[in-house]
Amino acid sequence: MSSHGITRADMQHVHLPRRRRVNRLMEGLAMLAALIAVGMLVIVVWSVAKRGAGAINLDLITKNPVPFSFEPVAQGLANAFVGSLVLVGLATLMALPVGILVAVYLNEFAPPSVRTFVGLALDVLNGVPAIVIGIFVFGLVVIGRGQSGWAGAFALACLMLPLVARSTMEVLALVPSSLREASLALGVARWRTTLSIVLPQTIGGVLTGTVLAVARVSGETAPLLFTSSIVGTQTSWSPFHALQSVPVAIFELSESPDPQDHARAWAAALVLLLFILFTSLAARWLATRSRRKLAASR
Amino acid sequence: MTEDEDVSTTIEPTVRVETRRQPLPPRERLERIFGIEDLDALYSGKPAIKGVTMDVYKNLVTAIIGPSGCGKSTYIRCLNRMNDLIPSFSMKGTIRYHGQDITGSAVDPVAVRRHIGMVFQRPNPFPKSIYDNVAWGLKVLGLKDSLDDRVERALTQAALWDEVKDRLKASALSLSGGQQQRLCIARAIAVEPDVVLMDEPASALDPIATAAIEQLMNDLKSEYTFVIVTHNMQQAARVADMTAFFSISRGDEGARWGELIEYDATEKIFTAPSDRRTEDYVTGRFG
Amino acid sequence: MSSAELTPEATRRPFTGPRVRFGDLVLQVVAGAAAAAATVLVGLITWKVIDGAWPAITQYGVRFVTRVAWNPVVSHELYGAGSFLFGTAVTSLLALAIAAPLSIGIALYLTELAPRFLRGPVTALVETLAAIPSVVIGLWGILVLGPVLRDHVEPGLHSALGFIPLFGAPSTSGSSMFTAIIVLTIMILPIVSSISRELFLGVPSELKEGALALGTTRWEMVRGVMFPYARGGIAAALILGLGRAVGEAIAVTQVIGGGVFIHWNLFDSGDTLASKIAASYQGATSKLQVGSLIYLALILLVFSLVMNLAAQWIVRRVARRQGLGART
Repeated sequence: MSSHGITRADMQHVHLPRRRRVNRLMEGLAMLAALIAVGMLVIVVWSVAKRGAGAINLDLITKNPVPFSFEPVAQGLANAFVGSLVLVGLATLMALPVGILVAVYLNEFAPPSVRTFVGLALDVLNGVPAIVIGIFVFGLVVIGRGQSGWAGAFALACLMLPLVARSTMEVLALVPSSLREASLALGVARWRTTLSIVLPQTIGGVLTGTVLAVARVSGETAPLLFTSSIVGTQTSWSPFHALQSVPVAIFELSESPDPQDHARAWAAALVLLLFILFTSLAARWLATRSRRKLAASR
Repeated sequence: MTEDEDVSTTIEPTVRVETRRQPLPPRERLERIFGIEDLDALYSGKPAIKGVTMDVYKNLVTAIIGPSGCGKSTYIRCLNRMNDLIPSFSMKGTIRYHGQDITGSAVDPVAVRRHIGMVFQRPNPFPKSIYDNVAWGLKVLGLKDSLDDRVERALTQAALWDEVKDRLKASALSLSGGQQQRLCIARAIAVEPDVVLMDEPASALDPIATAAIEQLMNDLKSEYTFVIVTHNMQQAARVADMTAFFSISRGDEGARWGELIEYDATEKIFTAPSDRRTEDYVTGRFG
Repeated sequence: MSSAELTPEATRRPFTGPRVRFGDLVLQVVAGAAAAAATVLVGLITWKVIDGAWPAITQYGVRFVTRVAWNPVVSHELYGAGSFLFGTAVTSLLALAIAAPLSIGIALYLTELAPRFLRGPVTALVETLAAIPSVVIGLWGILVLGPVLRDHVEPGLHSALGFIPLFGAPSTSGSSMFTAIIVLTIMILPIVSSISRELFLGVPSELKEGALALGTTRWEMVRGVMFPYARGGIAAALILGLGRAVGEAIAVTQVIGGGVFIHWNLFDSGDTLASKIAASYQGATSKLQVGSLIYLALILLVFSLVMNLAAQWIVRRVARRQGLGART
């Protein structure tokens, strides 16, 4: 590959048929790559769909697991679904207000140097592996006190925070400064302007960002392994002890030798996948809708 | 040549001063509302305007004219401390409002803006309904009694009531540009300011909408004091009682700043200006 | 109330209010506290992980990093990260080596070659791949991919390329480093390809048209104009993808089989830093073992911080250069 990219030899017609062949080969390879990627997606989703659909039944969300049962007995993963609901719900409650406040501070109050620094911290936080976050919360809260739903939710919240903060910042930047000026010129105070005029404009974007963060975090296993995984089989809504979750349940079932367990794992995987796909689509739909509204108001 | 000499035969102004305007009362009868003394406005240490000294009088329309880049907008934004929003901005000199100095960090700019409102170049209504655009400011600033009456009065004064009275709940963004600007005027006067500053309010509007706004100023000046920045000399001639002419001065190393050249009754500025630079501008020889 | 009545009010009412409004102060303090908390969180994570690893750090020091051992037996406790570092390096780098050309190919296809109506849907499909949780990919890896590799691919590779130590005796269970590499490739692909796609879309069309107008083929234009232009960004994308692979714990631990050795046969089992930590969640017994596990997490944290910062630095440098380029 010449460092100038296009050589004189490239341009001479005498090589044209060879150059055309190389070009077609490369185009074919690129298309092959795309086919492989799409193929992988289709294969994985198809596997989950096929095997999961066969094992899906109402028991999955209504009954609890019955461990060490050698005869087939009606069981499900009710405790995992309830636990996931509680964990993700609490994590959202923790991460959403903090994320919005961080974005408000960075966008409305912070000098540029602070903005770059905190922005960098957020990006670094985003890049910390989920398992390390799990270990962190383990060392912070679990050692000495034991696992709990609070610990698991906090670990998930650490993952959600940079996502919510980033998407809120993007929407805040889109609010035109003329709107802020109009309110301030009336003699309205800064804090009132931010809360009553600027933030309401961002609701669509914040919602989208939150939904995406929820979709992302619902499937996370690693942060929960050390914080909320040693559970019983009963359904529980209390975060004061460890709660089972769908990803951790799938993880445990996948390691078991029992094909019944595998079947339940596929079924749970299908439900999880469908949930994530639907929430991602919902977020994308919300995003296009709020973008259209903002464009119309210009 | 002294000021008293009639020089209308010696210069040909490019604008005609409206003769049906009421003559100004004598200077002693005018009440001073702003006393600006030796005002400098700087961005990152570089002056945008220097040494401005003038008085603004109550219940008059005062126009600020001049070529683009002479600091007219900067000047008017000093009067309601809007330039505070710009981090690189600093100010020297005094602005007395009803005798009180409103410059300096000891003064609360939010309180200043309560009394001195502003209408901007591009209409910027809130993304709320027409009613709420006017009512929101009233609610936040504590003028909550007889809200409906206050809203109607503001919209009527802004010559918008008849056009919107049947669709007060419609979004403000569904109005035309001229209507949106009148809504912004209604919003500003609803909170009962003392002074309304207008930064080229009609530059984004068509002639009919412009005329409506000019008529508005004329009708309302008995209640409010208007200071309007305009790049349109004809507009100043039509609408203003007093006119201030700013121009660009140059210094070494390419430094440029705006200075107040002449400030007088509009008629005088356009027919018998004292300063050569004013004469050049109003006769169209430059700018 | 006309302004005439307001005037005496105005002269009487002082403008000298509180220097800072209470509401403004509250909002700024609360929001600032949130921002401070977010920043402090990163430092807190680092500190807590060091703190947790302390028993092992004081016991082993830096030699922990290279020692190949993991023996929890009480009287002979000895721990080391060596085999896991090897596992992480081999699996992540090989996965990146496979994923990189694939991702760039996908990105090229989506930006230059695909018919317009396909671009949106196929992009969405590739991004959906990123949305699949790692535990689901791991599940698929154990129960579907593993058996296929064990029964067909690995024997095939062994018989064809068995002279290369990488392709030694096939695994018996389907769980091997090879399976982990395939799984990691699937997970890196969407990240690298979506970033590359954005980069390619950002190449100014004047540059592309300039090359094509000379009479070059599309591939020559890509090679001569697009790759050099996007070079920095693609490097950052690759680093981010590598970071993703290094940090992946769940899918890898499901398919890699586990083990504490260094060997070149890809079809053998092994462990990476992340997968070893995940595999031990059921409970470590001694303080030293817990400390050693967290020591592994510390090494992982350092890796990912370095890679993240390197990617950020590249992105900022590239953005600055390209920002200037846009102005000329």
